[in-house]
Amino acid sequence: MSSLYEEIKSAPASDIPVRQITVNVNGEPRTANVEPRLLLVHLLRQAFKLTGTHSGCDTTNCGACTVLFDGRPIKSCTMLAVQAEGHNVETVEGLASASELNPIQEGFKQEHALQCGFCTPGMMMAAKALLEENLNPTEDEIRWALSGNLCRCTGYQNIVKAVLWAAEKMRAELN
Amino acid sequence: MKLDEVKIGGMGASRRRVEDNRFIRGKGNYVDDIVLPGMLHMEILRSPLAHARIKSIDTSAAWDMPGVRLVLTGEMMAARNLAWMPTLSYDTAAVLATDKVRFQGQEVCAVIADDPYIAKDACGKIVVEYEVLPPIVNPVQAAAPDAVQIRDDKAGQVGNKVFDWEIGDKARTDKAFADADVVSKIELHYPRTHPSPMETCGSLADYDRATGKLTVYMTSQAPHIVRAAVAMVAELPEQNIRIVTPDIGGGFGNKVPIYPGYVIAILASILTEKPVKWIEDKTGNLTSTGFGRDVYLKGEMAMRKDGKILGVRMNTISDHGAFFADAQPSKFKIGLMHSAFAAYDIPTAHMFATGYYTNKAPGGVAYRCSFRVTEAMFFQERMVQAAADDLGMDQAEFRRINFVKDEQHPHRTAFGFLTDSGQYEKCLDIGLEAIGYKNFAAEKAEAAKRGRLLGIGISTMTEPLGAGNSREYDILGIKMFDSAELRIHMSGKALLRTGSRGQGTGHETTWAQIVAHELGIPADDILVEEGDTDTAPFGMGTYASRSTPVAGAAIAMVARKVRAKARKLAAHLLEVSEEDIEWELGRFYVRGNQERGVTIQECAMAAYSNMPDGMEPGLENVAYYDPPNLTWPFACYIAKVEIDPETGVWDVLQFVAVDDCGVRINPMIVEGQIMGGLTEAYAMANMQYQTYDEEGNIIGGNYMDFLLPTAWETPGFELYEVVTPCPHHPIGAKGVGECATVGGPAAFVNAVMDALKDKGVRNIDMPLMPNRVYEALTTGKDVYGMPPVRSGN
Amino acid sequence: MYPSRFKYESPKTIAEAIKLLDAGKGEAKILAGGQSLVPMLKLRFAFPEQLVDINNIPGLDYIRFDADGSLHIGALVRHEHLEKSVEITNRQPTIAAAAPLVADPIVRTRGTFVGSVCHADPQGDWAATMIALHGYLVVQGPKGKRNIDMKDFVLGPYANALNYNEIAIEAVIPAPKGVARGGYLKLERRVGDFATASVAVSLDMSSDTVLGAGFALAGVGGKTIDANEAASALIGQKLTDATIAKAAALVAAKAEPRTDHRGSAEYKRHIIETFVKRILIANSEQKVA
Repeated sequence: MSSLYEEIKSAPASDIPVRQITVNVNGEPRTANVEPRLLLVHLLRQAFKLTGTHSGCDTTNCGACTVLFDGRPIKSCTMLAVQAEGHNVETVEGLASASELNPIQEGFKQEHALQCGFCTPGMMMAAKALLEENLNPTEDEIRWALSGNLCRCTGYQNIVKAVLWAAEKMRAELN
Repeated sequence: MKLDEVKIGGMGASRRRVEDNRFIRGKGNYVDDIVLPGMLHMEILRSPLAHARIKSIDTSAAWDMPGVRLVLTGEMMAARNLAWMPTLSYDTAAVLATDKVRFQGQEVCAVIADDPYIAKDACGKIVVEYEVLPPIVNPVQAAAPDAVQIRDDKAGQVGNKVFDWEIGDKARTDKAFADADVVSKIELHYPRTHPSPMETCGSLADYDRATGKLTVYMTSQAPHIVRAAVAMVAELPEQNIRIVTPDIGGGFGNKVPIYPGYVIAILASILTEKPVKWIEDKTGNLTSTGFGRDVYLKGEMAMRKDGKILGVRMNTISDHGAFFADAQPSKFKIGLMHSAFAAYDIPTAHMFATGYYTNKAPGGVAYRCSFRVTEAMFFQERMVQAAADDLGMDQAEFRRINFVKDEQHPHRTAFGFLTDSGQYEKCLDIGLEAIGYKNFAAEKAEAAKRGRLLGIGISTMTEPLGAGNSREYDILGIKMFDSAELRIHMSGKALLRTGSRGQGTGHETTWAQIVAHELGIPADDILVEEGDTDTAPFGMGTYASRSTPVAGAAIAMVARKVRAKARKLAAHLLEVSEEDIEWELGRFYVRGNQERGVTIQECAMAAYSNMPDGMEPGLENVAYYDPPNLTWPFACYIAKVEIDPETGVWDVLQFVAVDDCGVRINPMIVEGQIMGGLTEAYAMANMQYQTYDEEGNIIGGNYMDFLLPTAWETPGFELYEVVTPCPHHPIGAKGVGECATVGGPAAFVNAVMDALKDKGVRNIDMPLMPNRVYEALTTGKDVYGMPPVRSGN
Repeated sequence: MYPSRFKYESPKTIAEAIKLLDAGKGEAKILAGGQSLVPMLKLRFAFPEQLVDINNIPGLDYIRFDADGSLHIGALVRHEHLEKSVEITNRQPTIAAAAPLVADPIVRTRGTFVGSVCHADPQGDWAATMIALHGYLVVQGPKGKRNIDMKDFVLGPYANALNYNEIAIEAVIPAPKGVARGGYLKLERRVGDFATASVAVSLDMSSDTVLGAGFALAGVGGKTIDANEAASALIGQKLTDATIAKAAALVAAKAEPRTDHRGSAEYKRHIIETFVKRILIANSEQKVA
């Protein structure tokens, strides 16, 4: 018990399969009891209250739910929460440190790479995965790497600029 | 020392957006992020059929599931007089179906449960027995004499016609055609499409029986209209209704209407006495909420052989789906379709419009558009290109000779609008220069050697943004004005509220800039709040690019009211009479002695601590702004495309946009709006549409078939700027949000048609998918896109 | 958007997984990359009683060229592993060309090659690629391993030749006699779109003579289409305008497209013919190392 009290709800029906899982989210182990059918995006949003990851479509097309899974970008609406047992998940909430924004976040603000902000967390996570592999991407490489994430507001041009901005800053920080 | 307006984040500053601070941290607050204690979840069971009589509904198995709290049917809604609700166009729409289902995806039942997974499970247990009726998927079928009547619920309804409507001078136009040397014709379909914001619709209704207060968090572009509608429909006292619009994940017109889900969730909260959350899935959003367009346009242009346009005729047949639910000013049945040809000096015009019911989703919303102007401008620019081709004239030259000249403004259009200002030729010249128009013939010849077809497409248009004025524009009788309320705190910091609601459009940033411009208070010192009907002044909301033209003007006006009071406080502090006070940005001073002055912040402090005798304390005000006219931005869009004739695939080689939206408050945000709008234009021209098969099944009901372009396909855009200040707007601004979506599609389509000019093809309906382009260029025939199409593979 | 209820197991060995499938009597489904299965669960197009997640079985994520030149792809190799593999780029051009065209880059980090072959989506890229490459699958069940030739594997739309208690553990592409060449082209309206039509072509070349060839099609029939018969037009020949045209016509004749909103049957057949030609011409212009 993590608090002084816990309301006892009626026991779940015995035929409902429930599992306890522990997932390393943004560097912190988080534990929950889940039904196997729970999607990872709902685990993050509902159980862990990390609502920065959005659920955008039903068909694994939009990428608003993109998170990093052991460092690689995945669509968290297309993975079961139980599959994340023992794995590392990074969400938008883990991008900034207490005092500092990630250069990708700064770049998105500086280059006006977001409007409604709904696709932004997924877009930034996909950008992070790209820059971890390639700190000197071309415009085409950026467009290609982000082509699994839909944006309805910006027309992408400023998103490309934002990633270039972040890459430049990250290269400068390395030197 | 004089304040630097750009440094304080005033007019013209590309100020970085305030709202981004939360969005980039994942701290946005969208409706699905809101959690209330004891909250239940609602899922909707939708009709799998386009047209069918409901024979029976058995919900017993759903009720029996653990975790299910409520199952609602149309019959239960009807018992509370809520089975039907009014639309924004004086029609009715079903909330939950009682008698028939009239389109695929229509709401039939709703389940409220402890968890959305359980609610979905229970939907699967509901058994509905249907008797299939023949579906109607286009106006031709709807108009057939033996067509089954879709709206048999409406007393006095004849057949499937919604309206006939006409405007313009028929006799004079007939005469112009009789006198013409050349008459040019075109016929096309602007396909059904969907605004499809990334976030779907949703709401969280919370009724408190103890206080009688109903709070609804919802994705609405017009929260005050919702409050008024809920008061009327649910018969609740208006002061006890609070609508809160949190962050909106894109709207584009989709989130203006009131949808069945909102109404059902409210009733469910009243019945269960718990908060009820409804979050639509993407399929629900695409198959049931407000679509855009779906109009057949036919018309002709009368010309002298020197190219002068003498008159225009237009004929529109619109497909409204099962309920006439267009979001549009009441006076006009087909929105502002008659704004067509406003950029051209045409003596006379006439338009006849007809609307039909079909077994398709209702809507006809203003998708990034001021009420059908998208169809109007698309038709206009397709007609202009066809006419130039028929005359054998250069398409740029034909536009130039027919443009309204700068000095002709204000100009009365043939359909009766009054355009306010513009420099059309200048915009066209900048665009032609940027695209390399002069060298195009050589470029085309070079491409031909590589087996490729090159085309150039121009779209030039002015369109009416920012409804009202209130004399002519109302929605359900509510006049189309807007509002702003400004409070200056004693430290000189400020709180601004408006009746509009940003949806990614940067209001929190831009509105502060207008106040900074008017008062000299740094933008960073001004908090902007919108979307809560308990705190914001009444406004008609954000759509049709009306925020800057109307709410933006209200902000300037309220700041001026506040400044007028501050002047009195300054006079008191400086111990001179008010007439001897001069204003410069952020500061009053004594005429003839600029050194002797007080800042606006000092005046604010005085309003709470040192006001003159007899003066009411405080420094705040409200302004309601009723615009004298619409604002008329102009745009020139030019696309250069290359077609692979073996496959019909076309690529954009270059795209140039010249926008004149008057004074730009925040140039960075304006450019963001233009690039976003151009992308939606490209999407509609290339891939994004909804169609139906012969059974009335929707094609384009999820993102596997309703295609939005990714970063990979979307071309780059080159932007250019011309500024003609709006003469009747307090800060000279015009609307801009929709210009690119309205004017853009014709540039892409005209470019492809230009490339195919030699093949004898006059029209391909959007989207110009490779198969359609290939068909046109191999057969030399026009390609039309009217449904039904054959589905499946 | 909310899957229906199912049981879930995540075995650590293939034997354990087979035991679970066997006990499931056809109601248990394998979960590998999940990029087709999970969307079907979300839309409630699929209602399995149990999922057997094979992602925790070690040793299945290899891409290996054996000494004899055959290529072996383990059951947990993700699309992006193939896309980024230098060895694949250098030695297996048909797979190298198809890998970046599978779905979108985020889906490719998770979806598996073998899972996609087994899914047998008529519009899927990998089943067609495997047929064109004359590949086979190594499958394991309660009675041990067997090989299933790709020509016998796809039975229909979303139907394959696996028994309910078998797992495809490896895909094998036989070694070319000469040098492996080929390509893959897909007509899609945007990244991640289903194919309007796509073509996989494999070539086995010695100098400029074709020793072997393979063709398969996606998106133009009720199932993945085996057009390997058309190889007869090329084997023993050089890639000339005439042989290329003949092969392309033979391949296009095998297509069974339907007219729909993506295009007419004739258009899709024309695209197949055009794409076969384009791949073959590109290969004829390339110098053989």
